[in-house]
Amino acid sequence: MILNILIGGEAGQGLVTVGQILAKSLVRSGYSIVVTQSYQSRIRGGHNTFAIRVGTGDVIAPQEPVDLLVALDRDTVTLHRGEVTPDGLVVLDGAVGIDDDSVLKVPFKDLAQERVSNMVALGVVGPLLGLDEELMARTVDDFFGKKDASLAAENHRALAAGTGWAAAHATSRHRLPPASNTPQRLMMNGNEAIALGAISAGLRFHSFYPMTPSTSIGLTLAGQAKRMGLIIEQAEDEIAAINMAIGASFAGAPSMVGTSGGGFALMAEGVSLAAMTETPLVIVVAQRPGPATGLPTRTEQADLEFVLHAGHGEFPRAIFSPGTVEECFHLTRRALELAERYQGPTFVLTDQFLADSYRAVAPFGVENLDTVRAGTGAVKSSPYFRFAITESGVSPRLLSGITEHLVVADSDEHTEDGHITEDLSVRRQMVEKRLRKGEGMRAEVIAPEMEGEASPDLLLISWGSSKGAVQEAASRMRSKGEKVAALHFSQVWPLVPEQFMIHLESARQVVCIEGNATGQLARLIQRETGFQIKEKVRRYDGLPLTPEYIARELNQ
Amino acid sequence: MVTLDDYGDYEPAWCPGCGNFSLLKAVKQALVVSRLKPHEVLFVSGIGQAAKAPHYLNANVFNGLHGRSLPVATGAKLANPKLTVIVESGDGCNYGEGGNHFLAAIRRNIDVTLLVHNNQVYGLTKGQSSPTSAQGFVTKAQPEGAPSAPFNPIAVAVAMQAGFVARSFTGMIEHLSGLIQEAGAHRGFALIDVLQPCVSFNKVNTFAWYRKRCDPLPPAYDPTDWEAAMKVACQWGEKIPIGIIYRNDRLPFEEHFPVLREGPLVGRDVDRVLLKEIMEEYG
Repeated sequence: MILNILIGGEAGQGLVTVGQILAKSLVRSGYSIVVTQSYQSRIRGGHNTFAIRVGTGDVIAPQEPVDLLVALDRDTVTLHRGEVTPDGLVVLDGAVGIDDDSVLKVPFKDLAQERVSNMVALGVVGPLLGLDEELMARTVDDFFGKKDASLAAENHRALAAGTGWAAAHATSRHRLPPASNTPQRLMMNGNEAIALGAISAGLRFHSFYPMTPSTSIGLTLAGQAKRMGLIIEQAEDEIAAINMAIGASFAGAPSMVGTSGGGFALMAEGVSLAAMTETPLVIVVAQRPGPATGLPTRTEQADLEFVLHAGHGEFPRAIFSPGTVEECFHLTRRALELAERYQGPTFVLTDQFLADSYRAVAPFGVENLDTVRAGTGAVKSSPYFRFAITESGVSPRLLSGITEHLVVADSDEHTEDGHITEDLSVRRQMVEKRLRKGEGMRAEVIAPEMEGEASPDLLLISWGSSKGAVQEAASRMRSKGEKVAALHFSQVWPLVPEQFMIHLESARQVVCIEGNATGQLARLIQRETGFQIKEKVRRYDGLPLTPEYIARELNQ
Repeated sequence: MVTLDDYGDYEPAWCPGCGNFSLLKAVKQALVVSRLKPHEVLFVSGIGQAAKAPHYLNANVFNGLHGRSLPVATGAKLANPKLTVIVESGDGCNYGEGGNHFLAAIRRNIDVTLLVHNNQVYGLTKGQSSPTSAQGFVTKAQPEGAPSAPFNPIAVAVAMQAGFVARSFTGMIEHLSGLIQEAGAHRGFALIDVLQPCVSFNKVNTFAWYRKRCDPLPPAYDPTDWEAAMKVACQWGEKIPIGIIYRNDRLPFEEHFPVLREGPLVGRDVDRVLLKEIMEEYG
């Protein structure tokens, strides 16, 4: 059984709090979830939503039709009533003058003070879904802590008032069957997984300038900095952030920066610096719609070409595009590993949808994961050449002050010892040395994931956060007897045609599905392989791709 | 025992008579007197003639982007606080392109010495006005004279209560070298604005011009008196005060981070027991 719950209200009504508590209660009860947060760029007022798609089995994508609409304000009813399924239910404030069978009118005002009516709503929803009352009360405590006893008591009273009211008035048709006994899982969003993946890989330094939707990476890291021995610095601007991280990495601290399109634009010269000085650095770009300030709090996948080409000059890079919260964790680790192994910039390309999308994930087994070590082993010969020409292009990397060898790095073209040069034959050798590292990166590319049988009638291609929506769209078509497969790229650069061309060539029809207006991955595939993907599904209205959206577009 | 020979002797690509030569000599002297070995020192520089200076001695060097040496230096110092970190770059690099980082470095009070080669002109790009050029300074880019008022780095640094604020002149090597030593010994951010003639592109602020005006502060001057320092910081004209203009003992930035008490961030293990606990908090 799968249900889609949409909670809507104004900013400042405690919508996200209720959403998080409900989502966590569902995860603790053993269910799977996919959360979609849609919010406006304002602190109070407006219209925001927190959608939880919940299921007893795996849930991998958001869904458009709403089974349970929880309206904290009138706008939510007006804007979303049309999305409610025929069997669906609307939970709303009794003061709102709407009255029919599909509406459950809760007398919020009679049950508790207005400032905790979000807790009353939560109390009503719990029994509707069949959630354990005690588990929900405990989850509320975990969110608010027990520091303020009177606040905790007020929340509990409001929750109990809602639950009590629901016992007398609620129906049972949205009650979830008990989840099968699954091992304990975590509730985590994409940005939290990026931060924790980085810590697990040995990250020590993170500098950032706040920018939606990337900020929560810095906040998650800052929250663990003291315990885990990290330095997290909010820089004066994105230019400082990337240069600081380069300085820290040069001196031996595994480093990462996080930003979104506009901030990344400011970092572009720093990307080039990391490449020229061969300094390991992970850059997380959480996409939002542009150009310029665009839609600051919405989602898009329109910065693939930008990230691929950012930074002047020619140098190798790797770009990961996680499709799930688990991939956020593991691919950030991989980005840190590759940055150190190939001594240069690597990227994690995510977006607002995934950044804010809570999921139920299995614990990551952090006890047995490897740690990235800055620098290569000891160098005995003297003098030491930081940029020694090697077959792989990778030179021995020592760290300033750790040995008596001197480490010299320059943004100018340089000789093997790192000093500035205008010897043009050295220039040639250094360009080739840096590019040779790309061969190593290429040999380690993660192959695209193919789901569904080979030689399908229809092959759907995705990258990044739309993985779940595309896979579900494909599986829904398969369940109707159609031969449909899905091919997902969790690494979008380098592209290795031998890994995926067979799938493209053996499908009768190929459609590339992207959260942008021009089909950037399709264009990149054509550039690299000559294979033209004529059919595209594109979305650029600021909302994430959904299985329904994809189905509608494919039917046209 | 550290000697001048340890810091090497290279042939710089500067114009004959450039103030950079004296500055290089003063830096080497200061390092030797401070008994710092080359591998204990990291020079960070940007772009410009001044930014080439670290290539002409033996030390660790990160020669980065125009204007961005202070953020790189900040990151490196945080990763390894045992390094003595010295930033060398020009007035364009630090006060123009990197102006925001100059302000932020003062606010942080990161333990880095900033040596600004201030020749009041852009040398590498052949003679445009710089942030410290006098108003009316005529160049090919400003043929009617530079319209903007000059930036006063000393007054800004004192106003922001920077940890250590000093000015010197390349015509006074012993004075300059002594200041570099003191700046290095100061725990926190230290600015030395070094006046230096550009023999090719600045025909106004020449060696003789600076020599005539540079006026060491009297021994009785108290650099911890902020109000007096603000007055001195605003003096520029027939007399240009040189010496330590202001200093205080604000906590250095890196001391806000308990993790650095155990030494550099290099080669540390991840505490997997703690990390497991953190993960469980998401349950």
